[in-house]
Amino acid sequence: MLVEAGHFALALALGLSLIQFVVPLWGARANDPVLMAVAPAGALAVLACIAFSFLALTLAYVSSDFSVLNVVQNSHSAKPLIYKISGVWGNHEGSMLLWVLILALFGAVVAVARNTIPMRLQANTLAVQALITIAFLLFILTTSNPFTRVIPAAPEGQDLNPLLQDPGLAIHPPLLYIGYVGFSISFAFACAALIDGRIDAVWARIVRPWTLGAWAFLTLGIAMGSYWAYYELGWGGWWFWDPVENASLMPWLAGTALLHSTVVMEKRDALKVWTILLAILTFSLSLLGTFLVRSGVLTSVHSFAVDPERGTFILGILILFIGGSLALFAWRAPMLRQGGLFAPVSREGALVLNNLFLATACATVFIGTLYPLALEVLAAEKISVGAPFFNFTFLPLIVPLLLLLPLGQTLAWKRGNFLGTAQRLYAVFGVSLLATVALLALRHGGPVAAPLGIGLGVYLVLGSLNEILTRSWSRGTPLSVAWRKARGLPRSAWGTAIAHAGVGLTVIGIAATAWGVETIGSLRVGERLGAGEYEVRLERVIPRVEANYREDAAILTVFGAGRELGTIETMKRLYVTRGMPTTEAGILTTGLGQIYASIGEVQADGSIGMRLYHKPLVLLIWIGALVMAAGGALSLTDRRLRIGAPARARTAPPAAVPAE
Amino acid sequence: MRFVLALLAALLLAGPVLAVQPDEVLKDQALEKRARDISAGLRCLVCQNQSIDDSDAQLAKDLRLLVRERLVAGDTDAQVRDFLVQRYGEFVLLKPAFRGHTLLLWLTPALVLVLGGIGAYAALRRRPRPAAALDAQEQQALEDLLKRDQGA
Repeated sequence: MLVEAGHFALALALGLSLIQFVVPLWGARANDPVLMAVAPAGALAVLACIAFSFLALTLAYVSSDFSVLNVVQNSHSAKPLIYKISGVWGNHEGSMLLWVLILALFGAVVAVARNTIPMRLQANTLAVQALITIAFLLFILTTSNPFTRVIPAAPEGQDLNPLLQDPGLAIHPPLLYIGYVGFSISFAFACAALIDGRIDAVWARIVRPWTLGAWAFLTLGIAMGSYWAYYELGWGGWWFWDPVENASLMPWLAGTALLHSTVVMEKRDALKVWTILLAILTFSLSLLGTFLVRSGVLTSVHSFAVDPERGTFILGILILFIGGSLALFAWRAPMLRQGGLFAPVSREGALVLNNLFLATACATVFIGTLYPLALEVLAAEKISVGAPFFNFTFLPLIVPLLLLLPLGQTLAWKRGNFLGTAQRLYAVFGVSLLATVALLALRHGGPVAAPLGIGLGVYLVLGSLNEILTRSWSRGTPLSVAWRKARGLPRSAWGTAIAHAGVGLTVIGIAATAWGVETIGSLRVGERLGAGEYEVRLERVIPRVEANYREDAAILTVFGAGRELGTIETMKRLYVTRGMPTTEAGILTTGLGQIYASIGEVQADGSIGMRLYHKPLVLLIWIGALVMAAGGALSLTDRRLRIGAPARARTAPPAAVPAE
Repeated sequence: MRFVLALLAALLLAGPVLAVQPDEVLKDQALEKRARDISAGLRCLVCQNQSIDDSDAQLAKDLRLLVRERLVAGDTDAQVRDFLVQRYGEFVLLKPAFRGHTLLLWLTPALVLVLGGIGAYAALRRRPRPAAALDAQEQQALEDLLKRDQGA
């Protein structure tokens, strides 16, 4: 019964979205406040319906209702509660439901923020938002209904893919989707501005927090997914340039560019047309990512052709929104007036350069991901584009960007002085150079990439801190005054510095992977295996039986410099229901580095195969991403972003009413 | 295609074999390092976007052994790669060769960067420039004003 109610609520949400699309658009055209006011009410009602629908599906999962096909295919009564809940979005239908839930949630937040957004802009934005909701609700209801019943009910479920039964992957999709879908708001605002033909710095100030929030969540989502792959897939890599990863990296790169161009627009009223285009492109890439992951086109072009219904539908959505918004852009953008002049050497100029590099990096990932597909369809030739290609092309684009980052951050708005700016960074240059040389000398004969990369990372971290320092302290200023000044700096300045320092930390972590040590060997109980300065001893191997899997666990004691550091377990698991084996890595963290052991096959001589890694500073890769997101969050709390647009008085002033 | 399917079936029956196993590793460390580097650039043909170095598939293991066999026999890195391309087609290379049909793939990054740079520069040039620096007379007037301010 509840399941049918959930299904019905979804259909109701579709009807309400139609109203939310048509009425406010008309209201904005006719300048009728009553019709425009339908938008926020509609958005809240749509959220209520979709939330109810999502709740109904979740309850079906929690109560293991095996009369629902989706539950049968992705759950099992013996599964722990958290994976019953995360199983809701661990499959195609449920994840699309989560997608529209987050879409509706964002729409509702725009609706509630009515005092800070001009009414026409809000009405148009929510109308565009409703159109996206309509498209995806239609997709779910016609091709991916999660509420389909099976009669007779199945006695037991088929269990969730074991790789997905992990706390990391339980929260990865929601984070990622909040990021993806968050960009739909920037997109909707951009379309609303085009529909209205008006765009100014106020628009940028309203849109920036949305972009920033979406970007921070996407950053967290990507980092989470990367860490999951690192400890779950069992060979210690953390980024594979897999098409699915690229699908989330593209909107991130475009979103990062958007974030920076919006700053220029907000502060200087320049780059308007480009910012609008970027907002459209960023969400288009989010849609493309959804298409790539959801249509099955990545596995093979053939699997797409075999079951074309879903893929074609999302392709239709893709064409409608990308084509429609770009057409709107081509029609309306020439009307937008350019403002804010600036010289090439200026903060604006630096941000243009930032956008150029990020856009090129994004285009590189785009072509590398889609080229093999296109070539197969158009020329029937099969080629592979993998990690070696991306490393080769991506790095030369990112390194100059990073080298310019502290300089750009220090340049003045409007017209900057390059030499003067470089002078302010002398100390930073010096220290990072010194660090590089010292590391090169210390690790003489080792890989050169690590010291160079770490030097770059140090330069980024110090360059960001330098920005705060030079804004609050000059020679002769007492420390107490400098401290007060630093605390008085806007939170967005701190947010920027922290986020950029996060980039530096990630760079250091990535560079240090060149120092990693890998040993492939085999050992019996009591024997030792070494990787660099570390060693493990195999203590025992114990079989275990759990509710939904059984495993062989190898218990290892880790030694470093002759001292015992602790024990780790690495397991080979078999998930009984699906008959699927997985490997669980054993990880010991020492400072920022990790000792990583992964159990292999039993060898012919009875010993156990083992891969052992020492990965120095590896945690910095993800800590850097966390710091980036934290910088974004801090920037979100900036006072400036909370100031509302001038609101119209609720009632007409009495003086204007003629006396009778 | 049937060949791939057959392999896939064999794979599912055989169960997983993990990436590089202790018994595959060559004694000669320099040779082993070369083998690993080559393996990282070769695609496991039955997997999704995995190199044979990372893959647990049986085919990947066979290819890893093949690479090592060729190296021990004295092949150069390029000869090993060519051998595999001849046998399995260009699909096996994770970094495609720079040829006619991959021209667009390889040139896109440079094209976007250069054309984007030219476009941005042109857009900047088209707009009126911000006022030039103050001339001597204006500078003098400014200094006078500042002096008067400080004097007050």
